Amino acid sequence: MVNTSTPLKAESKDLNFFYANGHQALKSVNMPLYENKITALIGPSGCGKSTFLRCFNRMHDLYPGNKYEGGIVMHPDNTNVLAAGVDPIEVRMRISMVFQKPNPFPKTIFENVAYGLHVRDEKNKRVIADKVEEALKGAALWDEVKDRLNDLAFNLSGGQQQRLCIARALATDPEIMLFDEPTSALDPIATANIEELMSELKNKLTILVVTHNMQQAARVSDYTAYMYLGELMEYGDTDTIFTRPTRRETEDYITGKFG
Amino acid sequence: MNTATNMLNHFTTLPISPRLAKNIRRNFKERIIELILMLAALSAVFTTFAIVAILLYESFGFFKTVSLIEFFTGTQWTPLFEDAHYGIMPLVAGTLTTSFVALAVAVPIGTITAIYLSEFASHKVREIAKPILELLVGVPTIAFGYFALLFVTPLLQKIYPGLPGFNMLSAGLVMGVMIVPYIASVAEDAMRAVPMSMREGSYAMGATRFQTAIRVVTPAATSGIVAAYILAISRAVGETMVVAVAAGQQPKLTFDPTEGAATITAYIVQVAMGDLPHASIGYQSIFAAGLVLFALTLCFNILGHIARKKYREQY
Repeated sequence: MVNTSTPLKAESKDLNFFYANGHQALKSVNMPLYENKITALIGPSGCGKSTFLRCFNRMHDLYPGNKYEGGIVMHPDNTNVLAAGVDPIEVRMRISMVFQKPNPFPKTIFENVAYGLHVRDEKNKRVIADKVEEALKGAALWDEVKDRLNDLAFNLSGGQQQRLCIARALATDPEIMLFDEPTSALDPIATANIEELMSELKNKLTILVVTHNMQQAARVSDYTAYMYLGELMEYGDTDTIFTRPTRRETEDYITGKFG
Repeated sequence: MNTATNMLNHFTTLPISPRLAKNIRRNFKERIIELILMLAALSAVFTTFAIVAILLYESFGFFKTVSLIEFFTGTQWTPLFEDAHYGIMPLVAGTLTTSFVALAVAVPIGTITAIYLSEFASHKVREIAKPILELLVGVPTIAFGYFALLFVTPLLQKIYPGLPGFNMLSAGLVMGVMIVPYIASVAEDAMRAVPMSMREGSYAMGATRFQTAIRVVTPAATSGIVAAYILAISRAVGETMVVAVAAGQQPKLTFDPTEGAATITAYIVQVAMGDLPHASIGYQSIFAAGLVLFALTLCFNILGHIARKKYREQY
């Protein structure tokens, strides 16, 4: 069922997650993340897929009282990103994230993309300019903005803003990029652009994407995981999940009978 | 009520359903409520216009005796003396100097307090600290005035032995402390209004809490922070009791905070407390001074409005 010739980039091991109010949002999730592949997380609202995604870069640390159990191990160095001694900032330097709604900073286009470099104390203006250009090209935005890098990012369209956020995440050469429903606020054309971009990006890095859109999961991902009520119900390569799911619940969800 | 019955009578000639009649009554009631609300809103507007009109009217009498040139270029303000001079600049200088000292204290402390409360303090600390801070606003300004005169000035005199008993430095410093809660409270609200998604974006890039606060949240809240500063400036320029008590009553053209000098407000208090006959030049002079104060505050408000528009939040 699962391709073993592709190297593992990360895997979650018996991952439990509890919100501050005591609610257990993830129940013993075990899932691999293969290098240079796109893994899609699908499932009905509240199933824990976003919660799971946000464990990877320790976003839950921002809100006091949240608790992890188990681990997410990165390869090849075998670092458990959830371990107590691991600095979440170090984790976020390796694993970047693109959010549901484009969230550019109140800065210029250039400064938005350069943000991660500034945060990493990069001082060399030349290096920053090169990285920004490279990232904007990587996010297929360079041609549209190269003449107005000093415009405010808010002046861009929604789809451009989302690609800017991808460029921002790309500029720091992350190993894994997390996408939390990246196209749910965008129109079909902008959505198609982002999907195409994701397919190109996987040559450079590993992608984990949460989506509510079945077609999107089928179009872009190599592997698909179906989650329900905090549990990983089924995992496999996307073709198998969408054509011959082994579980009844998965089939019902994918075909729209449920969810 | 008359109109209502008339209206109903008018309509009863037509065959209307009881429901429609009820609608007419309801519409009439809505009109009345709308009118009352509008009158309430207009009362503030009307009061403002009345104040401006009286200021202009009384100042007009003043400027019949005193030329505008003397008013704006004269360096002495002695309308109550035998040898009367009517140069407003000493009072303006006093106002600007005390306000500047106050803002030099209040802007940094207020901003840092806002950043701390919004971005660093735990929920518990904020719940306790913010009400206490806002309590400072409730302290009567006369208390701040005597605090400046009787506590801060002697303290400052230990550092600068030559400092006069009435000085703008002490008044400005205390006024600054007094204004901190205004800035902190308004600026903190602006920062808290920055959407969490923006902070998450910054943290996700590997930024620390401090980097997020300084590089993302503060610029995003600029418009609100500027509004806080404008409020503080208006407060400082218009503040009366602290400067009247602690900065002295002597109009003096100086920008040196270690000297004592009267501000526009202090002069108005001083004259208003004496008994001057109406329509005398001394009486009219306080309206001219008030007009200048009004113009000064208006200028700052307009500047602030422009600045706010420029940095309007767009997220």
